[in-house]
Amino acid sequence: MRDVAIVSFAQARSRRRDLEHNEVEILMPVVREAMEHSGIEKKDLGFVCSGSSDYLAGQSFAFVMGLDSVGAWPPMCESHVEMDGAWALYEAWVKIQTGQADSALVYGFGKSSMGDLPEVLALQLDPYVATPLWPDAVSLAALQARLCLEQGVLTEREMAEVAARDRRHALANANAQVKGEFDVEKLLAEPTWISPLRRHDCAPISDGAAAVVLAAGDLARGACERPAWIAGIDHRVEPQDLGVRDLTRSVSTELAGRNAGVGRGRVEVAELYGPFTHQEILLERALGLGDDVRVNPSGGALAANPVMAAGLIRLGEAARCIHEGSAGRAVAHATSGPCLQQNLVCVLEGR
Amino acid sequence: MSDASSEPVRSIRTPIQLDYLYSAGQASTRFLRGIAQGKLLGQRCPVDGKVYVPSRGACPTHGVPTEGVVELSDKGTVTTFCIVRIPSDNLSIDPPFIAAHILLDGADITFFHVVGQCAPEDARMGMRVQASWIPREKWTTSLMNIEYFQPIDEPDADYDAYKEHL
Repeated sequence: MRDVAIVSFAQARSRRRDLEHNEVEILMPVVREAMEHSGIEKKDLGFVCSGSSDYLAGQSFAFVMGLDSVGAWPPMCESHVEMDGAWALYEAWVKIQTGQADSALVYGFGKSSMGDLPEVLALQLDPYVATPLWPDAVSLAALQARLCLEQGVLTEREMAEVAARDRRHALANANAQVKGEFDVEKLLAEPTWISPLRRHDCAPISDGAAAVVLAAGDLARGACERPAWIAGIDHRVEPQDLGVRDLTRSVSTELAGRNAGVGRGRVEVAELYGPFTHQEILLERALGLGDDVRVNPSGGALAANPVMAAGLIRLGEAARCIHEGSAGRAVAHATSGPCLQQNLVCVLEGR
Repeated sequence: MSDASSEPVRSIRTPIQLDYLYSAGQASTRFLRGIAQGKLLGQRCPVDGKVYVPSRGACPTHGVPTEGVVELSDKGTVTTFCIVRIPSDNLSIDPPFIAAHILLDGADITFFHVVGQCAPEDARMGMRVQASWIPREKWTTSLMNIEYFQPIDEPDADYDAYKEHL
């Protein structure tokens, strides 16, 4: 295996509704910042890979427009996934492993605010029997939370504690959207929104973008003082039919975490993409994280959730802890699909 | 089991409707506000000076923000075209009509529109055209303010003048 590292990371400030900028206008400064920090020039980039979904903006080929932010001239080796940018990073990592590239620019972007996000996400379901019922994403997560509560897997108090923790962490994150000191008792006194979920259990709707640069071996050492080396990365998916899954745990995260080698050393920091508080608890357990792990120092997706970038941001935030030296070993996680259907886990190390 | 229930289901209808509130962004907003005033506004790439109209805010070649405001003539050159003869529900004009790429004078990227006041057999590459605007009182923030481009009494442009834009 080749040694591959995240050498730079940039993101846009997440906003509830960005009326002033189109996707390219949001993305362009982010891509430029990530490239400049890496010191790698566009002409020397081996690969470019992006993650976005045309359904978010409601316009076809939005991802081709996104490429305007890179400037694809002279012609470059480029690819796209209709998924979070975390999976674009996975594709880029594979590309570098094959030896076809030594570096890659990876970005993810989306303006969720333009459509009705929970409805749009219903299109991820089985198109014959599930999508025609239009179960929105929040209602599906609420069904999962109900299962977890009724089976005694977790409590509403634990869920509120997650919200309070992430929003407190987000105070230190200039790019986060929902932040502040919140009292758990007061959160629990709030009415339920889509029962049993309260507002604080759900990630906000965000417009945003993120970009990272990957590099191999000496190129990474030259681009970054302390590269965040990818020690392990894996992703697993569960069946599409919600009825055949055990929704009270995240089996695919358990598998991906094991294959990525999470348990092979002490985890100092974990950045988890849990769009709902109960899912964050399930993820912590699936990865076997102990009490000594700093979970979501950035505030996580509960503080900012630019769909198609939020997973990549988890990888970037974890890498930043390595770059800055505040952690020696970090875990980053991304999710996709209803009720944590698909999960990616990456272990990053400073050496 | 009845005959009907043993028949395999070959297709189902699952209607999808999603509503969007689209925000155009800075560059497109500037273009649309311009066209509501009867102006065609472009922007320039700071690297090579090329003029994009409508600008989407980025130079697709260099990946940098386009700059300034460049007001363009409503005259241009047909670089390539096709004759549409197939009717379609989502077309507001009756076939046959001429769909064309038009290079506005001063622009470095072509622009998609229709050519009117011209028989299909008379359409040709290099033909000089000018915008025919709908009555001013009907102008909105829409490219439909231009009903079509029509031929003007100017000699055809040399192939060399637009060959980079095909």
